[in-house]
Amino acid sequence: MAEKTVQEINQKIKDGSVRVVTAEHMTDIVDELGPKDAAREVDVVTTGTFGAMCSSGAFLNFGHSDPPIKMQKVWMNDVEAYAGLAAVDVYIGATQLSESRGMEYGGGHVIEDLVARKSIQTRAVAYGTDCYPRKNIETTIMIDDLNQATMLNPRNAYQRYNVATNSSDRTLYTYMDTLLPNCGNATYSGAGVLSPLYNDPYFETIGVGSKIFLCGAPGYIIGEGTQHEPQNGLGTLMVTGNLKDMNTEFLRGATFYGYGTTLYVGLGIPIPILNEQIAKKTGISDADIITNVLDYSYPRRTRPTLRKVSYEELKSGVIELDGKEVRTSSVSSFFMARKVASTLKHWIESGEFTISQPIEKLPNDTIFRPMKQTDKTPLVKEVMSKNVTTIRKGKSIEDASKLIMKGQFTHLPVISEDDKLVGIVTAWDISKAVAKSRYDKLDKTMTRRVITATLDEPIEVTARKLEKYNISALPVIDENSKVIGIITSDDISKLIAKRKGIVTTSNPKTKKVKGRT
Amino acid sequence: MKIFLRFAPEINQEPHISEVILETGAKLNINRASVDAVSGEVVVDVPDEKSDEVIKLFRSRGVDVSVLEHPVILYEDECVKCGACISVCYIKALSFKDDWTIALDDKSCNQCGACIMACPHGALEFS
Repeated sequence: MAEKTVQEINQKIKDGSVRVVTAEHMTDIVDELGPKDAAREVDVVTTGTFGAMCSSGAFLNFGHSDPPIKMQKVWMNDVEAYAGLAAVDVYIGATQLSESRGMEYGGGHVIEDLVARKSIQTRAVAYGTDCYPRKNIETTIMIDDLNQATMLNPRNAYQRYNVATNSSDRTLYTYMDTLLPNCGNATYSGAGVLSPLYNDPYFETIGVGSKIFLCGAPGYIIGEGTQHEPQNGLGTLMVTGNLKDMNTEFLRGATFYGYGTTLYVGLGIPIPILNEQIAKKTGISDADIITNVLDYSYPRRTRPTLRKVSYEELKSGVIELDGKEVRTSSVSSFFMARKVASTLKHWIESGEFTISQPIEKLPNDTIFRPMKQTDKTPLVKEVMSKNVTTIRKGKSIEDASKLIMKGQFTHLPVISEDDKLVGIVTAWDISKAVAKSRYDKLDKTMTRRVITATLDEPIEVTARKLEKYNISALPVIDENSKVIGIITSDDISKLIAKRKGIVTTSNPKTKKVKGRT
Repeated sequence: MKIFLRFAPEINQEPHISEVILETGAKLNINRASVDAVSGEVVVDVPDEKSDEVIKLFRSRGVDVSVLEHPVILYEDECVKCGACISVCYIKALSFKDDWTIALDDKSCNQCGACIMACPHGALEFS
């Protein structure tokens, strides 16, 4: 069996005889020649991905001002950078939002503007010490004014990603972009066939110290990424590179409407084809890479998987969900992923980029565990009022107003003959109808698209609905759309007040109350 | 052909569109409309062969008409070719080309604006 070493490949890079192909091309080569001959033909396979990677940012060092300041809080173009480090070091993270522009501009944009060599308004405040007397500073900074500008991304290059769709009847704005109601679309991310980690899934050639392509400059893998879970096809990498050498073509600040800001990162990894097995793995195709379609309308940690799907199907532009054709689109860029892989190929062919032998292997067995929560999240069923008055659909405005007066509440769910929720009227709707002298049937006054809650929903989810739709109560329904309770913003406010009270009294310093409920 | 109609407040309450349809026999298709007490803005799809007649008639009735040649502009330099705009476009005016860049079909776009909101890098704008 043909075996090669990294040193032999680097020698070929130096003398210009190296044979490099992109992972997309390698799929055809392996298919045609088989892995054995492919390993003989090809020395290096280049991979690439270009996607929104929220877990990205950069360490910046400003140098000292005169008189010196120990920067305690720092804002760059009104985006706060973390300053809990030494006096003039900060970390600017991609998802931090501008304090004046909100979601329109954030850390990802600051990083892009730095790389574009634009001036960044920078200000800082401090508490003042004997060694750092200054308490505030305002200046404009360009990237070349910084001593170091080092990109360090805790989690990049997700091996694959879940596909997002939305079965609810309302549009959702997520980090997977706009999800239309009733599974009106599905969005995906990841480069499929070009995915760096799918081309070396067991980290046989990629490891700590591997030299990579990062946003148009050489970079390095420094370890496993956070949430690294390779056994589920969800391996990730922690990477670093010199921001000053990067190129805005491969690094873009971005905003996902209603979600926030992030950074598009272009990342590519060269895979030395040391033997037949490695060649075989780089022969992977879009059809071989399977991911899950998740329903993002379920705002919980574990979202229901609607089906499994290959990147080949996703890239066809349409997938089938429950017999319906659903349009797909990616939120990462395959065009740019190709550009990353082909640029890296040119770097290697021209002798300017060699392959590095990892100094340590990446773990194969880590799992991504959920957060330990010591605080029990109350559920709707624990907070709601079970005593809910409803009204039949055919009744009049007058009937409704009498019920509301009698019951001293403001929201009246409207139900059909078979007890299903069909609408809701509020005291306000009734006043409006009366003011317009419309005393006819409820049907014309009630709201038909009712926002509802379910028994096992955590109240944080309910509170988010109340806030998002600017309403003050939600009927609680069972699986048959039957009204079984009602939850109001008052119920939630009272609970929060009560919980805060409990937290205060259970403070370990006071020890007045034993345990908690 | 798509045309953009702007109705001034003083003529806002008259049934211009119905009358133009009756008079010309053109099958107008309203793609998008925003009408309130102060103004009215409507995007209408007009069969090409009737467009001159329809535009003339709207203008004679005091309606401000502009032809929507490029309903939405795609700035290539800002576009990262991700495709986030594609699946939110319910009339399929956006798609991937063979080389995975973005194709925008001016003819079918009706300026709903969903793509503009979905674009993560501000590469799409109303003309």
